[in-house]
Amino acid sequence: MIWNETKECMSRDEIAHLQGKRLHAQISKVYHNVEFYRKKMQALGLEPSDIQTIDDVVKLPFTTYADLRENYPYGLLAVPKEEIVRVHASSGTTGKPKLLCYTRKDIDIWSECVSRAMTMAGLTRNDVLQVGYGYGLFTGGLGAHYGAENLGAMVIPMSTGNTQKLIDMMIDCEVTAIACTPSYLLHVAEALESKGLVDKVKLKVAICGAEPWTEEMRKQIEARLNIKAFDIYGLTEIIGPGVACDCEAKKGLHIYEDHFYPEIIDPDSLEQLPAGKLGELCITTLTKEGMPLIRYRTRDLTSLEYDKCECGRTIARIQRFRGRSDDMLVIRGVNVFPSQIETALLTVSGTTPNYFITVDRVNNSDTFDVAIEVDEKFFSDEIRHLEKLRSKVENAIHQTVGLKAKVKLVEPNALPHSDGKTKHVEDRRKLTD
Amino acid sequence: MIIKQLSVFLENRSGTLQEVLKILKKENINILALSLADTSEFGLLRLIVEDPLPAKEAIKAAGYTSSVNEVISIELKNEAGYLSSLIGKISESGDNIEYMYAAPYFDGKVSMIIKTDNVRKDNNIIES
Ligand SMILES: [Zn+2]
Repeated sequence: MIWNETKECMSRDEIAHLQGKRLHAQISKVYHNVEFYRKKMQALGLEPSDIQTIDDVVKLPFTTYADLRENYPYGLLAVPKEEIVRVHASSGTTGKPKLLCYTRKDIDIWSECVSRAMTMAGLTRNDVLQVGYGYGLFTGGLGAHYGAENLGAMVIPMSTGNTQKLIDMMIDCEVTAIACTPSYLLHVAEALESKGLVDKVKLKVAICGAEPWTEEMRKQIEARLNIKAFDIYGLTEIIGPGVACDCEAKKGLHIYEDHFYPEIIDPDSLEQLPAGKLGELCITTLTKEGMPLIRYRTRDLTSLEYDKCECGRTIARIQRFRGRSDDMLVIRGVNVFPSQIETALLTVSGTTPNYFITVDRVNNSDTFDVAIEVDEKFFSDEIRHLEKLRSKVENAIHQTVGLKAKVKLVEPNALPHSDGKTKHVEDRRKLTD
Repeated sequence: MIIKQLSVFLENRSGTLQEVLKILKKENINILALSLADTSEFGLLRLIVEDPLPAKEAIKAAGYTSSVNEVISIELKNEAGYLSSLIGKISESGDNIEYMYAAPYFDGKVSMIIKTDNVRKDNNIIES
């Protein structure tokens, strides 16, 4: 089934034509309404009339998450503030989050894209969907919720945190689909298995996202719950989950190119790369009103394929993600920048700025360990004092990152020292094969 | 009597204690009393040595974190209730004992090393 055949199965020429038209309109709008974009374009001697076709996109400057942070909260608004009906936020490298503003039309576009993704996963208005993402500033919960309602499915807004209730309702309400993170779904699978309830559920489809996962995890989920699992991709900056999703063919994630123009660039030279080449994914929002993003650098490393898919769709497919072009980690669905640990340590007197993060996946759940050094300022002959400092650091990290870390005290010579290029992270999860 | 104690932070991995003891041996530093406290995460080695400052320097040079602080040393009498009455004095003053350990060969006598909230004050209380 295809939710919007007109838009998902156009010829490549039609797609390029539509994208060019929409890009021109979008650029005219941001040039006139957003000082940030106008100044950047003027610095390059560009005017909206220079951008006529989608190939002209390479003339445009890039946008990064630093730009979002520096223009917090409303600096990148392209419409009057009263047009905004909702905001979401995503964590950043410093205390300030990135704020994303949606007009009513933006919410409609987002819902449309999520409906397309859910249809791609085989869902219809006859399905009963549990949303197991958090509801709040995070886009997962409300994004999946609005998309499923738009599809006409019955939505159960579970949110996170109560697996027992989720399982009870899954059985009682004859839930057929679930949207949540893949690691949480494996946790649910474990709970169902331990209670011998796997045969009692009517689940057939899972739409998983918000964290990187492997083909191995997908196979496990599908086999243990006897369902089909689909990968949904998106990022808050662009709109939220529903930027792309995979179909039955499992040949990559179809990106809704009439709304989000994808390109792959070389993260060093910033040159656009051809189909099939690995590089950093950049996305331009072609229709977004509230806070359009031009050539937004996602930092996700992947490649794009454009040939027609077995499912009939002609829109591009994002291939397997190969990591990041920056040092951001996704731990239990939360974006963590290693430098945030240093920021947290600065708030606790007695600590040094040296740290080492170890991330692993144990029983399908991410572990987040931070080693900090005990130097003379920090040290005490009393265990009580050391334990107190340790819990202070744990609290500071929780405050800064929004995630609980297990802090370990180590001898100073055991840690790499902060001189810019030192490695501060070991990710043992092997999420990119 | 107030004396100086050397404390060393030890990670919970095999060989750390021996490494520190080797450093002291190399520097020809004699250990008069020792206590090893540990949690599930790390260990704390507390030492009484004749001259703690050179010992601290040697330990620091090897990359270990240490500190020198004051503790109370009490010579014990071999009679029932003696320790109890001394501890009783500290408790009555409202202070807490953080830790204590025995020093069997300290200064040729059996002593108890005690760390309280307020070492100087509690030493005066005990000696009065
Ligand atoms: Zn397809």
